[in-house]
Amino acid sequence: MLWEVAPRAGWINPEMLPSLATVAQAWWLSLVTGELPYHTVASLVNCVAGLAAGVVIGILLGVSMAWHPLLNATVGTLVQMTFPIPRTALVPVMIVWFGLGASSKIAAIFSGCLLPIIVSAYNGARGTDPTLIWSALALGASRRQVLWQVVLPSAIPDAMAGVRTAIAIAFVLMVTSEFLVGGRGLGYLISFTGDAGAYPGMFAAVLTVAMLGFLADRGYLKLMTWMLRWRD
Amino acid sequence: MAGLTHPRHWHLTTIRVLSVVAFFVVWELVARIGAINPFLLPRPSLIFDQLQFEFMSGELMREVQGTLLRMFAGYSVAIVIGVPFGVLLARVWPVRWFFDPLLSIALPMPQIAFLPIFILWLGVGDQSKIALIVFTSLFPIVVQTWAGTDSIDKYLVWSAQSLGVSRRALLWQIVLPAAMPQILSGLQIALPIALLSTIVTEMLMGGTGVGGSIINGMRMSDSPELFGGIVTVGVLGFALTKGMDNLRRRLMLWHQESQA
Repeated sequence: MLWEVAPRAGWINPEMLPSLATVAQAWWLSLVTGELPYHTVASLVNCVAGLAAGVVIGILLGVSMAWHPLLNATVGTLVQMTFPIPRTALVPVMIVWFGLGASSKIAAIFSGCLLPIIVSAYNGARGTDPTLIWSALALGASRRQVLWQVVLPSAIPDAMAGVRTAIAIAFVLMVTSEFLVGGRGLGYLISFTGDAGAYPGMFAAVLTVAMLGFLADRGYLKLMTWMLRWRD
Repeated sequence: MAGLTHPRHWHLTTIRVLSVVAFFVVWELVARIGAINPFLLPRPSLIFDQLQFEFMSGELMREVQGTLLRMFAGYSVAIVIGVPFGVLLARVWPVRWFFDPLLSIALPMPQIAFLPIFILWLGVGDQSKIALIVFTSLFPIVVQTWAGTDSIDKYLVWSAQSLGVSRRALLWQIVLPAAMPQILSGLQIALPIALLSTIVTEMLMGGTGVGGSIINGMRMSDSPELFGGIVTVGVLGFALTKGMDNLRRRLMLWHQESQA
């Protein structure tokens, strides 16, 4: 309400904060011309690709680090070394490595998603109830079976909580990498419309990103409670 | 069985140290025989030389100073706004009623996307950088303070009230100390976020800072500068989180969590 009234009444320069109706109009226009869907799809494809790779590799690494102390001491230590580096600082490295295209964006998103998932999967696997492992072994399960059928499933709830963090990070990296790399995507649309002075369009794009981030988080939360309904 | 048993500690520590050393030695050797393109990944000794050079010329100090100044400017504003706001959210229901829906939308969204809006409002100088740092690090502080204040033992508040404390004393002597652990957690979460947004704003908007140095290294195809910047940021991040851990231990000496 305040947002709609303030620019109209002239309290704020409408260039600085376009009224809600203007932004909605720009959003609709961008939607019909196919500009917004095009960039949204480009962004989400990168996001999903990076996240999916991060989930698979992160869970495998995290669980195997919990399973083999030796792997934990070697690979785990090296992974730990990269902890304090803000992930966004790696975007330029990815650009140098993979060029100015989708692959560097995906690699940046992947590198950001990997850590929280490794950590949470590791903690989840470490927290496996030892009696479960003992009983499985006593019932004649092989070590491989124990790993796949006892340790991995019991690491899933924690890993899924880690994925939620990873989703938030993925969105940050998605936007940052698109700001820096350009070409396609919502981040590019934001900086492009901003540079062009098309501020209602820029606000529309920013709000789209914000809404997507919100919806992804809420949707994932729903999915998580649904998938973990077998737990008490 | 090897998995999930208690590790022998001294043994594993040795392996840990060795693996880090081995990693750098292998990297250095592989780079020296020319197996990796030095543009894509310069060898560690080159990165070290670069850092030494930047340190000697005073550039490193200038960059680190610029980054830290912006970061702490934004971070402290976020604390000054975030903590009182979190307490208000927990203790004053109209505030909660108005801001709860806004917060639940604002929290999971990528706040970095608002940078162009801040640039539009505040120009391309340090103000918009700091504004984004405030904006990104504010939310964890608010949410944790809110949760911390909300979960205070009711009997603490009630007994203080029945002993006739003023509202002010209640806030300073009961509510804030009791919520302290979670407020500190909020600060601990917000610190890396503040560093991250500082780096992003510097990469996007330039200016003297480690992020600016990283993006310069990329643009000028100066890989040692690029990777030197990454190392610097990593060291900064490490030092900041460790410092924060220490601060927490100091401030929480009276609390049960330090007794263990």
